[in-house]
Amino acid sequence: MNLFWIPLLPLLGTLMPLLTERLGRSACALMTAILPAVSLAMVLSAAPGIFQGETLEQSFSWIPAIGLELAFRLDGLALLFCLLILGIGLLIILYARYYLSAQDSMSRFYAYLILFMTAMVGIVTANNLIQLWLFWELTSISSFLLISFWNHKTEARKGARMALTVTGAGGLALLAGLLLIAHIVGSYDLSVVLASGDTLREHAAYPVALVLVLLGAFTKSAQFPFHFWLPHAMAAPTPVSAYLHSATMVKAGIFLLARFYPVLSGTELWFLTVSLTGLATLLLGAYIALFKHDLKGLLAYSTVSHLGLITLLLGMDTKLAAVAAIFHIINHATFKASLFMAAGIIDHESGSRDMRKLNGLWKYMPHTATLAMVAAASMAGVPLLNGFLSKEMFFAETLHQVSLGSLSWMVPVLATLGGVFSVAYSTRFIHDVFFNGEPIDLPKTPHEPPRYMKIPVEILVGLCLLLGIFPGYIVSGLLSSASSAVLAGQLPEYSLSIWHGFNLPLLMSVIAMLGGLMIYYNRRHLYQFQAQFPETDAKMVFERLVQALVAGATQVHKFFENGSLQRYMILLLTFALILTAGPLMDLNTTAGLRPHLPVGGVELTAAVLLCLSALATVIWHRKRMIALLTLSVVGLIVSIAFARFSAPDLALTQLSVEVVTVILLMLALFFLPQRTPKESSPRRVVRDLAISALIGGIVGTINYAMMTRPLDSISDFFLANSKVGGGGTNVVNVILVDFRGFDTLGEITVLGIAALGIFKLIARMRLFMPAGDENGRPWARDRHPMMLAVISQSLLPLALLVSVYIFLRGHNLPGGGFIAGLVTSVALVQQYVAHGVDWIKERLKLDYQWLIGSGVLIATLTGLGSWLFERPFLTSWFDYFKLPWIGKFELASAMLFDLGVYLTVVGATLLILANLGKLTTNHRPIQPESE
Amino acid sequence: MEAVYAVCVGLLTFSGIFLCLRGRTFPVVMGLTLLSYAVNLFLFSSGRLKLDGAAILGTSYTYADPLPQALVLTAIVIGFAMTAFVVILAMRARADLGNDHVDGRLPPQPEIKPRRKKDQA
Repeated sequence: MNLFWIPLLPLLGTLMPLLTERLGRSACALMTAILPAVSLAMVLSAAPGIFQGETLEQSFSWIPAIGLELAFRLDGLALLFCLLILGIGLLIILYARYYLSAQDSMSRFYAYLILFMTAMVGIVTANNLIQLWLFWELTSISSFLLISFWNHKTEARKGARMALTVTGAGGLALLAGLLLIAHIVGSYDLSVVLASGDTLREHAAYPVALVLVLLGAFTKSAQFPFHFWLPHAMAAPTPVSAYLHSATMVKAGIFLLARFYPVLSGTELWFLTVSLTGLATLLLGAYIALFKHDLKGLLAYSTVSHLGLITLLLGMDTKLAAVAAIFHIINHATFKASLFMAAGIIDHESGSRDMRKLNGLWKYMPHTATLAMVAAASMAGVPLLNGFLSKEMFFAETLHQVSLGSLSWMVPVLATLGGVFSVAYSTRFIHDVFFNGEPIDLPKTPHEPPRYMKIPVEILVGLCLLLGIFPGYIVSGLLSSASSAVLAGQLPEYSLSIWHGFNLPLLMSVIAMLGGLMIYYNRRHLYQFQAQFPETDAKMVFERLVQALVAGATQVHKFFENGSLQRYMILLLTFALILTAGPLMDLNTTAGLRPHLPVGGVELTAAVLLCLSALATVIWHRKRMIALLTLSVVGLIVSIAFARFSAPDLALTQLSVEVVTVILLMLALFFLPQRTPKESSPRRVVRDLAISALIGGIVGTINYAMMTRPLDSISDFFLANSKVGGGGTNVVNVILVDFRGFDTLGEITVLGIAALGIFKLIARMRLFMPAGDENGRPWARDRHPMMLAVISQSLLPLALLVSVYIFLRGHNLPGGGFIAGLVTSVALVQQYVAHGVDWIKERLKLDYQWLIGSGVLIATLTGLGSWLFERPFLTSWFDYFKLPWIGKFELASAMLFDLGVYLTVVGATLLILANLGKLTTNHRPIQPESE
Repeated sequence: MEAVYAVCVGLLTFSGIFLCLRGRTFPVVMGLTLLSYAVNLFLFSSGRLKLDGAAILGTSYTYADPLPQALVLTAIVIGFAMTAFVVILAMRARADLGNDHVDGRLPPQPEIKPRRKKDQA
């Protein structure tokens, strides 16, 4: 059999209600039930084998690269849960058909419900830790959707959010725990994990893993102190409460405990944590349940209490206790689901769930009342019903409890006390609702529900009776196979029978019965006692906590993101400082082994000049024009430095870029304020100085450390192949247009995009234009001085000739497309400066956007051209030719590429500068000269 | 020589970062320009300093490392494009928002109190 189908069929079934909604309510319910029913049949068909002790396993590759697979496992425990989930799920589908009103969207409800069913089946059949967790989270999400099904009600939304927060947080803890387990064991495979219990328990990280997994289980199963979400989840429609919050989802935590019982239990830590948590939950839930006037509230706290009972059983250090726990899972699911359904019927047919109003319903709905009373009796542990059997086993086990040492006697006493309360609230459920006088102003006159609505309840109550009277026949196979899965095959001796003779557990049961009835009889005194305590609403506390958390998060967020760029910069830089300073401290000596170069007078002078002008820029930065001038000095010295340190290409580039940058910044300054106001406080200036000095120091240190260490470069390859492979002796240029041509293509594209972006920014910019300089002096009337115009005009042909020369020789001597493009731009910009935009426009009909476009296009086409010769993109070609008169010369495809670079650079630079310059010349106001 | 070079790079970084931390756009643009000088010099020096290494094949026995040079060359050009973009953005922000503060709005109250007349006297 293919195990894959067991969760997959319900998953497909999620679509069924959506598709069949139009066929009518009954048809929709029927069609929805089909696929889960098939899945149930498949599980049942596998049951005989599993009763024999088989374990079915199957796996499919999921993400093989990281060792993840979809793995499924069907053993006794999974079989038991599958039966509960699918079986009760089918009953719920039938019940919900009659429960939901005409206004409720049936398809949405069923789709959520089946999605939840898939998730649950996925959890119990998972054989991979990650997969288990994935389905685990899916149950949280689908239960969120189900609780908030009536999303117009505020308590539904709040309850759903609370459930999601608590179980989701637990889910994260579980993920951490599972990852830790997988790390310890070395596998995500559950079968491997289950076989390595000793490795796990002896590992140092075992307590951490255990606590994390327990957090996941306790939040899901509403164990103290996380129990508070469950009563608020009762805002869900009753079928959901019956399904999720009694029979299945809250049992997922129990399932987890049972699943990992073989590997995680057996230590002091497990026994103490699990049993004490269970005990506290058992008592607290049972006590509070007694005071709830809401029918579902009583059942919710009773569920909390019973979940605590199961947890307590799993936390006891006897094998028989584990068997009892499994048995109680079955029993609790049957009687609690039927009780919830009965409560839903009462709510549905009388319009109220308040036990102070609901009285004497026996007369109005005897059939339902009988069913509810049997189920409630089972909850109380009345003999001949299944609740009695597991409660007897529970009492018996508490007597063998030794993990609390000399205090162990407390456990049976407290367990009996829990039993007393359990009897008391069960009695209240029966007596308050069905007897105790007449109903008090109910919205509707109570009556029996539709026939089919009672069928699910009847089936479950019938099971309660059958299990209670003939336990050995009905459940022994299931119980023993599930228990042996939990106990890793070592099944203890136990007997499922009603009568074990007069013994201590029976006495405890009798005490619980009599005590419970007595408490219920004297309930008024207890209510008065309880009324002294102020009632705390978990919802309010939770909302307050959430709001405090959100407020705290907002505070933190506001601290980091207050809209101030200066704040972001300082945070970023401080962080960078911390990151870089640490490793530098580990470096023993700053200076490396590489021999240092001698310092000459020229270099020293240049360095001093550079430092002085950089500092001058900082000091005078508020006088912008002066700062710009000192800035340009820095740029010039940088280009000289490139020339000095054997990089003529860089020197040429830096020099020409420097020219266009300064022109650009001067143009920009024309439109910006000439001075920066003094607005930084002295404290801020000192802080900024300190941060930037530290970073400057660190960068300088790193640079020094790097330069003084020997170099192991990949450049030898370029040096060796530049001439033979690229046909050029200027290695820098060959790298640009040939070896790393693809990078260059990207770079000129970026250049073009930046220029076009600037073009868009300039368009429709409305600027304030000053009529004079900062001191109020008017601009000169002579816009285009004659001398500048004449000289620049006569220089133009020369400059263009130089740029062509630089372009052509670029492959073999310093130069190339970038530099030639910049030289051309500078020459043309000079014409703009000398003659103005309009003068140029008449004479030079160049569209710079087209220039950029054609440049990038030529470069790309050159690259694509190599495809014609069946070579990879941008493969270069070169050869030498001879022409009379001229002699030998070289032609290379790289030159065409370089032409593209050239055109793009010219286009981009001029597009920026010419457009910006145009703004200044259009309507410049001219002050009349003051005489 | 290396120490002098490193001091220059460190000082350029310091100046650039200090100006980048100012509140008005134009000093920030100048700071970015200074910072890009520092970055270019830093990257360039990753090929180590050579006083008379050849840049052209066949002219010497020792060569300057061409790879950082090629990288820095494009970095200079792209740096110009970026400076241009930032400065035009600053102008546009001034035009549209009416001030040249980096946050697009003037700080609510000046951090520095205007000097009293008594002090100036």
